[in-house]
Amino acid sequence: MTARLRYAAIAVALLLLVTLPLWMGNSYYINIASQILLFAVFALALNVLVGYAGLVSLGHAGLFAVAGYSSALLLQAGFDHLIADSAAIVITLAASAIFAALALRSTGIGFLMITLALGQIVWGVAYRWASLTNGDNGVNVTTRPAPFGISLASAPSFYFATLLVFLLALITMAVFVRSPFGASLRGTRDQARRMTALGYNVWLIRFLAIVFSGFWTGVSGLLFIYYNQFVSPQVAALTASAEVLLMVISGGTATLFGPIVGAAIVVIMKNVVSAYIERWNLVLGVIFVVIISFMPEGLVPGSVRLARWLWQATRFRATAARPSEELKP
Amino acid sequence: MTALAVRNLCKQFGGLRVTANVNLTVEPGERRLIIGPNGAGKTTLFNLITGEIAPDSGSIRLFDRDITWVWCHRRTHLGMARTYQIITLFANDTILRNVTLALLGRSRLRWSVFKDLEQQHAVVERARAALARVGLGHIADRPLSQTSYGERRRVEIAMALAQEPKVLLLDEPFAGLSIDERRDVRQLLNAIPRQVTVVMIEHNMDVALDWAERITLLHFGEVIVEGTRAEVVANPRTREVYLGH
Repeated sequence: MTARLRYAAIAVALLLLVTLPLWMGNSYYINIASQILLFAVFALALNVLVGYAGLVSLGHAGLFAVAGYSSALLLQAGFDHLIADSAAIVITLAASAIFAALALRSTGIGFLMITLALGQIVWGVAYRWASLTNGDNGVNVTTRPAPFGISLASAPSFYFATLLVFLLALITMAVFVRSPFGASLRGTRDQARRMTALGYNVWLIRFLAIVFSGFWTGVSGLLFIYYNQFVSPQVAALTASAEVLLMVISGGTATLFGPIVGAAIVVIMKNVVSAYIERWNLVLGVIFVVIISFMPEGLVPGSVRLARWLWQATRFRATAARPSEELKP
Repeated sequence: MTALAVRNLCKQFGGLRVTANVNLTVEPGERRLIIGPNGAGKTTLFNLITGEIAPDSGSIRLFDRDITWVWCHRRTHLGMARTYQIITLFANDTILRNVTLALLGRSRLRWSVFKDLEQQHAVVERARAALARVGLGHIADRPLSQTSYGERRRVEIAMALAQEPKVLLLDEPFAGLSIDERRDVRQLLNAIPRQVTVVMIEHNMDVALDWAERITLLHFGEVIVEGTRAEVVANPRTREVYLGH
C-alpha cells in the first residue's frame, strides 16, 4: 500500500516537473525551478558524505567552484564546451581526491575543519590570484553549450537540460544507496571499527565516496556557471558551503528526497521571499530553527513521522471512542 | 604448522606496559582460553593480534605467515575473525543486515555499485542460514534495536562464524549473560567445527574452564602460567593471582 502510494507520488512529481515550463509560463519562475534542480544535484552530492558516510564537509563549495572556474577559464581560453566541461570534471575529480587524501586523516570535527580550510584555499585562489581568476570581477561565460545542436539559451530549454541531469543524478543516487557499496559506506558511518574487523578497507571506501560526491558536485558547478553565465569568488565562499549543508540537514540527511526539498526551500527563500521581505535571511533562519526544533531528523523524514503519527492517532480515536463514552458518569 | 604464533610481543601505553613480552602458540583446531584479572591486557592482546593497534616490538604469525604489519582488514581476508567484549553492531539495521555485512566483508561483491543488495539472494540466504545456526533464524528481519542483550551476543558470534574464519577470537562471549543464555552460547561454541581454531578471553575463570584444552594466564601484561586445564588450576601462581594468597 505505502509502496504503491510512493510510486504514485513519484509519478505525479515527475509529471509536474516535465510539464513545468508549460504551466509555469513566466520564464522567471522557470529559471528558479532550474536553480532548485541544480542545487538539488549539489545537495544530493553532499548528502553522500553527510548522510551516508557520516562525514560533514564544509568545503564542498570549493569543489563546486573548482569545476565552475576550470570550465569558465578553459572556455575563455577558446576551448569548446565538450573539452572545457570534460576537463573541468577531471580537474574536479583530482581536487576531490586531494581533498579526500588530506581530510581523511581524521573524521568528525577534524574532517569538518580540514574541509573548511581546503574550501577557504579555493576561495583564496579565486579571490586573490587575480592574474588567473580575474579576482573579484569573476569570469564571464559568454555562451551556453548546444548539445546535439539543441540551443540551451532559452529558459525552458535550459530547464529541460537541468532536469535531465537532475534525474540522472537522482537515479544514480538511488542505485548507489541500494548497492552493496552503499551498504558498506553506511556501515563505515555506523561502526567504522567493526567494519575494519569485518574486512572492509574503511579509508578506501570513504575516499571513493568523496570522489563520487565530488563528481556530482562538479556537475552541479557546471550547471551553475551555465545558468548564471558568470562565476565569481562568492561561489567558493564559506557561506555557500554552509548553505548547501543546510539544504541537506533541513531536508533530511541520508534520505533521497530530503536534499531536494532542502534545496527548494533555500532557493525559494533566496529568490522569491527576498522580493517581498528585505530581511529574508531572518525568515530562512527562523525556518531552520523551526525545522531543527520540531523535526531534528529533517523535513522529509519528519513529515513522514508526523503523517504516520496523525494516521495512527485518528485510527486510535475511532476505535477508542466507544469505551470512553461508557466511562462517563 | 601453528595456527597462531605470537613472539615477544610488547605494547606500552605511555608508561604502562600492557603487553610485556608475550609468547603464545596455538595449534590448528585448538581451543585456547586466555584468562586473567581485569586489566591483565587480554583485550589489548586481541587488538594486537587482529591489528587494530600496532605493537611496539615482536611478531605475530598466522599459519606461518608473518602478519605483524599486515593491515587489520587484510587479516580478516587471511582467515581471522573476532567478536567484541563491548557489543559492536549496526544498531540501525536488522539482524539480517548485520550478518549480511559480515558476509560482504569477505566477498568481492562489497565493491559493487550497480547491483541491488536486496536482490543478492545467494548472500542473503547465506546470512539467513548463518542466523539459523545460532538459533536466531525466526527473528532475522527484526531491527537490532528490538533485540535482547543475549540475542546480540549471539549475533556477534553469528557474524564472526559467517565469515568462515580459520582462527576465531572471542572476547568474553559470556559477559553479561544470564545462566540460560550462557548455556545457549556454550552450545553454540561446542558446535564450532574442529577446523576452526578458537581463542577465547574470559576473566571469570570457572565459566569456560571445561571448554578449554589449554589455558594461558595473563597478569599485568605477562604470561604467568600456561598449560593444560589441570596444570593451570593446580599451579600455585594461579591461586595467587585469582585469590590473592
